[in-house]
Amino acid sequence: MAKQTPLHATHVAAGARMVDFAGWDMPVNYGSQIEEHHVVRRDAGMFDVSHMLALDLEGADATKWLRGLLANDVSKLRTPGKALYSCMLNPAGGVIDDLIVYYFSDDNYRIVVNAGTADKDLSWMRRNIADTGANVTLESRRDLAMIAVQGPNARAKTWQALPGSESVAGELKPFQAAWFDEILIARTGYTGEDGYELTVPADRAVAIWDALAAAGVAPCGLGARDTLRLEAGMNLYGQDMDDTVSPLDAGLAWTVDFKDETRDFVGREALLAKPQANEMIGLILDDKGVLRAHMKVFTAHGEGETTSGTFSPTLEKSIAFARLPLGVVAGAPVEVEIRGKRAAAHLVKLPFVRNGKALTG
Amino acid sequence: MSNIPADLKYTKSHEWIRAEADGSLTIGVTDHAQEALGDVVFLELPEEGRSLSAGEACAVIESVKAASDIYAPVAGEVIGFNQDAVDAPESVNTDAYAAWLFKIKPAEGSDLSALLDAAGYQAVVDAA
Repeated sequence: MAKQTPLHATHVAAGARMVDFAGWDMPVNYGSQIEEHHVVRRDAGMFDVSHMLALDLEGADATKWLRGLLANDVSKLRTPGKALYSCMLNPAGGVIDDLIVYYFSDDNYRIVVNAGTADKDLSWMRRNIADTGANVTLESRRDLAMIAVQGPNARAKTWQALPGSESVAGELKPFQAAWFDEILIARTGYTGEDGYELTVPADRAVAIWDALAAAGVAPCGLGARDTLRLEAGMNLYGQDMDDTVSPLDAGLAWTVDFKDETRDFVGREALLAKPQANEMIGLILDDKGVLRAHMKVFTAHGEGETTSGTFSPTLEKSIAFARLPLGVVAGAPVEVEIRGKRAAAHLVKLPFVRNGKALTG
Repeated sequence: MSNIPADLKYTKSHEWIRAEADGSLTIGVTDHAQEALGDVVFLELPEEGRSLSAGEACAVIESVKAASDIYAPVAGEVIGFNQDAVDAPESVNTDAYAAWLFKIKPAEGSDLSALLDAAGYQAVVDAA
């Protein structure tokens, strides 16, 4: 029996097409995935992301423990509400998960992890707490729901749906969060558009969802979320990287912080011993067809493969991420094997789209 | 809730088949199939003159989600494909029975009796 979020009945009543996603029965679309994609690029859409898991970390060693656990350095976080994207690595330097950590104080953080990896993450974290003897507690918050409101009009429509919230959320910078009426409002997202991710008490999720809908925010499914994040050049765990892939080979070197040489985070040694071997780069198909994951790519520097691929509604072309040998550069022509035939494509810098605008073609 | 017209024949792999007065067959994908696929963004259809065996994967329909093969319901020769559908793949979502994909002239002795009628196809959909 698939798990259900607090908004499950709302999705079903709205006629959403439901699919299994990492053990959760989730809406893939409410009609047309492409229309939902466009509404986020042009206006405002919302996604139920309550399948992701929020964890509350407290204790005197919270900062010290996170600095050892994560590849990015939480000591960058000095302002309450500030968020950081990081990978959590295994000792071999593979990615256990990618996550967002919110700083409230040196002994109080919120961590949000992926749905499909939640159990694995929790057991890894608990084991690490035991191994390091850190004085922290980690609490799983399945009593919360999460709604991502995304698009150029997402913030204004959220203020309308949550009267009084503008005074708190209006000034938030990207990757900054604040509390309003038991709701954590974070200016974050997974679409390449402006907007918020709202973490709300589960028993208020339906009322808040309905208020957002009344303010003109369109319900969107996980299908559109995937094409939006692909256009925005954002990795999907399990697809673009996993336990066997180094963040350096997944385009995530910018999230690994080696600056403090005394900071011995899990995976550090392995990354230093095994430098970047691949380039993660964008691919646009010039021939007909649709790029998908795990297609072979032939370049002047050798072979690689696509990790995610789709049809881009904004570019009206097929796009992909590809993990390719070092030395490949944006602009270079390559070939992709699609069902036994070679098709022409070219490399581009990521992202493909940001804030409603195509950056490449 | 799927729309399954009574005057068409069907396959378990979600193609619909219309027997034309001249003996040719017009083939498309069902409403149930288009709904399951989601937004259709690309079609690769067989060229005229290609000879197909029954059950051969002869066309590809790609949605935002995935690529799916389309199978020849019976053996025969391709006598045309729908360029309008190739140019506007979303027409398959709009009306899966209007957006036909290709036509074949069935081979001598082709057995059409193995195709499903509307009730038979409804049972396939219900079991899915």
